[in-house]
Amino acid sequence: MASFIVYCYARFCKKAGTMKHGTIGFYPEERLGRLSFRRAPRPTERLIQAFLFFCAAVSILTTAGIIVVLGTESAGFFKEVSILEFFTGKEWQPSIGKFGIAPLFVATLTTSLTAMAVALPLGLAVAIYLAEYARPRVRETLKPVLEVLAGVPTVAYGYFALTVVTPFLRGLLGQENVEVYNTLSAGLVMGVLILPLISSMCEDALSSVPGSLREAAYAMGATKLETSVKIIVPAAFSGIAAAFILGLSRAVGETMIVALAAGAGPRLTLNPLRSAETMTGHIVRISGGDLSYDSMDYRSLFAIALVLFVSTLFLNILSRNIVKKYREVYE
Amino acid sequence: MTGTFNQNLSVRHVRGSRWQAAFALATILAVAFLATLVLTIVDDAFGWVIMMDETDRRELTRDGVTLDAQNTAQLLATIDEHLSPRRYRALERELPFADRGRDDLYALVLAEIVNPEIAETYNLFESLVSAQAIKAQAAEEYPEGLLVFRSWVNARFLLAPQSAVPLAAGIKTAILGTLMTILITLAFAFPIGIGAAIWLEEYARDSWLTRAIQVNIYNLAGVPSIIYGMLGLAVFVRGLEPITSGAIFGASAAGDTANGRTILSAGLTLAVLILPVIIINAQEALKAVPGSLRQSSLAVGATKWQTIRYHVLPASFDRILTGTVLAISRAIGETAPLVVIGASTFLTQDPTSIFSKFTTLPIQIYQWTSRPQAEFRHLAAAAIVVLLALMLSLNSFAIVARNKMRKQKRF
Amino acid sequence: MQHTPTTDRFEVALGSEESAYALETRNLNIYYGDSRAVNELSMGFDRRKVTAIIGPSGCGKSTALRSFNRMNELIASARTEGEVLFHGVNVYDPGVDPVQVRRWIGMVFQKPNPFSKSIHENIAWGARINGYTGDFDELVEDSLKRVALWDEVKDKLKESAYALSGGQQQRLCIARAVALKPEILLMDEPTSALDPISTAKIEDLLDELKKQYTIIIVTHNMQQAGRVSDRTAFMLLGDLVEYADTKELFFNPRDERTENYISGRFG
Ligand SMILES: Nc1ncnc2c1ncn2[C@@H]1O[C@H](COP(=O)(O)OP(=O)(O)OP(=O)(O)O)[C@@H](O)[C@H]1O
Ligand SMILES: [Mg+2]
Repeated sequence: MASFIVYCYARFCKKAGTMKHGTIGFYPEERLGRLSFRRAPRPTERLIQAFLFFCAAVSILTTAGIIVVLGTESAGFFKEVSILEFFTGKEWQPSIGKFGIAPLFVATLTTSLTAMAVALPLGLAVAIYLAEYARPRVRETLKPVLEVLAGVPTVAYGYFALTVVTPFLRGLLGQENVEVYNTLSAGLVMGVLILPLISSMCEDALSSVPGSLREAAYAMGATKLETSVKIIVPAAFSGIAAAFILGLSRAVGETMIVALAAGAGPRLTLNPLRSAETMTGHIVRISGGDLSYDSMDYRSLFAIALVLFVSTLFLNILSRNIVKKYREVYE
Repeated sequence: MTGTFNQNLSVRHVRGSRWQAAFALATILAVAFLATLVLTIVDDAFGWVIMMDETDRRELTRDGVTLDAQNTAQLLATIDEHLSPRRYRALERELPFADRGRDDLYALVLAEIVNPEIAETYNLFESLVSAQAIKAQAAEEYPEGLLVFRSWVNARFLLAPQSAVPLAAGIKTAILGTLMTILITLAFAFPIGIGAAIWLEEYARDSWLTRAIQVNIYNLAGVPSIIYGMLGLAVFVRGLEPITSGAIFGASAAGDTANGRTILSAGLTLAVLILPVIIINAQEALKAVPGSLRQSSLAVGATKWQTIRYHVLPASFDRILTGTVLAISRAIGETAPLVVIGASTFLTQDPTSIFSKFTTLPIQIYQWTSRPQAEFRHLAAAAIVVLLALMLSLNSFAIVARNKMRKQKRF
Repeated sequence: MQHTPTTDRFEVALGSEESAYALETRNLNIYYGDSRAVNELSMGFDRRKVTAIIGPSGCGKSTALRSFNRMNELIASARTEGEVLFHGVNVYDPGVDPVQVRRWIGMVFQKPNPFSKSIHENIAWGARINGYTGDFDELVEDSLKRVALWDEVKDKLKESAYALSGGQQQRLCIARAVALKPEILLMDEPTSALDPISTAKIEDLLDELKKQYTIIIVTHNMQQAGRVSDRTAFMLLGDLVEYADTKELFFNPRDERTENYISGRFG
């Protein structure tokens, strides 16, 4: 079969080849002959194009795969657990059939918001410094350094949270007040992880504010600080908001730091000094153990993943739309 | 109108410089975090350790020669004297003692007879700053103990498989796992990613389909990596188990215990994960190729593919390469999706094929970090050092290759 | 070779003089999105003559020129209506191969755009992909000699084309087009980026080349049009205002707008 296809293809190519130039001479004076301008079939070319299209279509397949996988497994889950219970239940105890996502969701919110509380002010300050104050030399050195910061594997951040930040917090606030695993430590370190993302997005936003606005402010006698903080930052507000939202999405999906430092056991608490398990942390812990494919445990992970997927997707789309808007405004 | 201006210039300037200082401080802080991160890891990867020997190595001095300077005959005598007969026979069966070299024998004596255990470990910083105090403490609390300076990253660490004994544990299996996984990832993600980018940039007309694919790629780039783990678990590990376990290729010997949780599944999962990043980077690279280059090629009667193959790709390859290396670096550091698809938590056997069970460096780091004992923390730090070194060398290789290509590009 | 009569509407009799013109446009309209850049252009280009197209900036000269070998298709928003006849074949017929069209109707661009390859390869590449079976070194030498570049580069054929000066690069691009022995050579302001000496060299070159090729050149420089061309077309706002022998058009313009333009009153 395969050899037959190869044979046909070879025939096809050969035919195409003979049509290319006919027997026309190369030089104008030798060129008395007829030549077809009919579109050559070029099967190789078409095959390549088909392959390239297939490559592009793989991304669609991926999305479809994610939706189908999360959808079907979650559907199995929601056959046994009502959606209402899932979203309103206050306890997540698969062993006794309690599947309320609140503890996991609240832990995710705690760590993510802690992270953003670190990353946004620091990232914005870094961005203002780099965009408005730093000399080009300094900027060109610092930007790659921050990129390196973003390139360190998250498991190393998790290590850092557990072995440095947690002991530090416990020393600072008292051993009895801070648990060995706590969401504060995870959140703080996650903030450092997200900081480069925020600072580079904010810097983009700040530097896309037209220079004329800056000049206008200076011309009115504003100081550099007033120009930056009162004119440029508000003008770049939507870009900064987009950075915040994208950072939040990153934080919600971040796994290794919380898996290592936040705790291993769902608990509904708002106290960042206590341990709690996030959605991602739970998925990693449960799937890391021995898990049978037809259990509720297994299916429940997909239900959590679906919540995770939908919320990050929503945040990502929101962020991108904001960026697109402000680009349109200034271009 | 009788308003006056109260400019308050000096106050405003003071405020200005204060805030400027604050902005600079924030930046310094950010860089300091990076420094702290790296320093902590280095700090934990080296330092004094106090080892307690099961048989004190000082007692093994023979003919006035200390253990580490003994020759083959002396070591053999030591083994004869101290090793239990049963263990002796077992080792003899593995490889006769007569055929073993000096270094092998020395290692044997250390592992089987001296059998050190770690009593206490110190960080590099402590080791350097308070060496005297440590020595005093060692002499006082562990009079039998041996205080040595240990680099947790060492040749043995790189070449030994995983072990429950911290001193013997190594990352060979994990390194092999990482390398094999990444090769699979590259083999799938690179051609498909570049192909998709070429289609989007060179072939696609502006249609709803093109826009849908483009938006979809941006969205995929933002999906949390753990979701890709779930996808890999359902599709590669479970759905395609006959393929990913190697069963249909008759690789059942390796596959019978791994099910679908193989290097192949891991590589494919990571490939899907970094595909959007590769595509987006490659698109940027292709966008940077000037249109005049395409025109000049088409104007001499080249077909579209010839134009891409001989002009557009060579002109953009350096950027494509850089983007791909960035994506691969990310894949090397990924942990969560591999945990989800079922990386082995304790694997001592090196992978033999793509259908073997797998563990990777980040998985190993994760395992060791989540253990409470200090020794494992040092091991984790050492493994992070190796991981970072791997990523760094990959990146510098890419930079060198790119610069070389840039030079050739002018040709 | 014998001329066998045929009914294939895609068949082109290269080298023959069956059709009156080397290239002919009929009711050519070109749009960018909704705006029309060329209106109802109908004109014929004489064989082995240099035809110049002049007109103020933005009047559609480049657009028209690019449409002759279907280079306009590379611009996503561009749309073409009407016919461009090459030996009786409408190059816009959906069955026609644009690759074939571009291979026989060569083009030189405003800015020199050599390939990022060696000088030798810049010339040989086009011939190679078009199945040239002769000696490539000979072809390279011959083409470079035709554009009077051979003496300047013969010792560095293996070096990058980017190492050449702008004028040399432009001549290399012409050599690249000439190497394919096209029937028609389209040139879009080929000397606008060059100094007077390089310009003079290229103008001499055109005189030489027109013995074998049909050349259509767009230029802003009216002295140049006067020097090199046999016929001149004047365009304004997408319309062909006047098309005549060059001397006729410059010394005896029929249309008032032409007269205004060549006497420098606008544009
Ligand atoms: N890529 C494009 N997209 C949209 N409009 C275009 C494009 N290229 C040209 N145009 C428009 O088409 C008209 C004709 O442009 P064209 O480039 O043909 O002018 P031209 O006569 O060559 O001018 P010049 O002498 O400046 O080169 C102009 O109004 C121009 O704005
Ligand atoms: Mg033009």
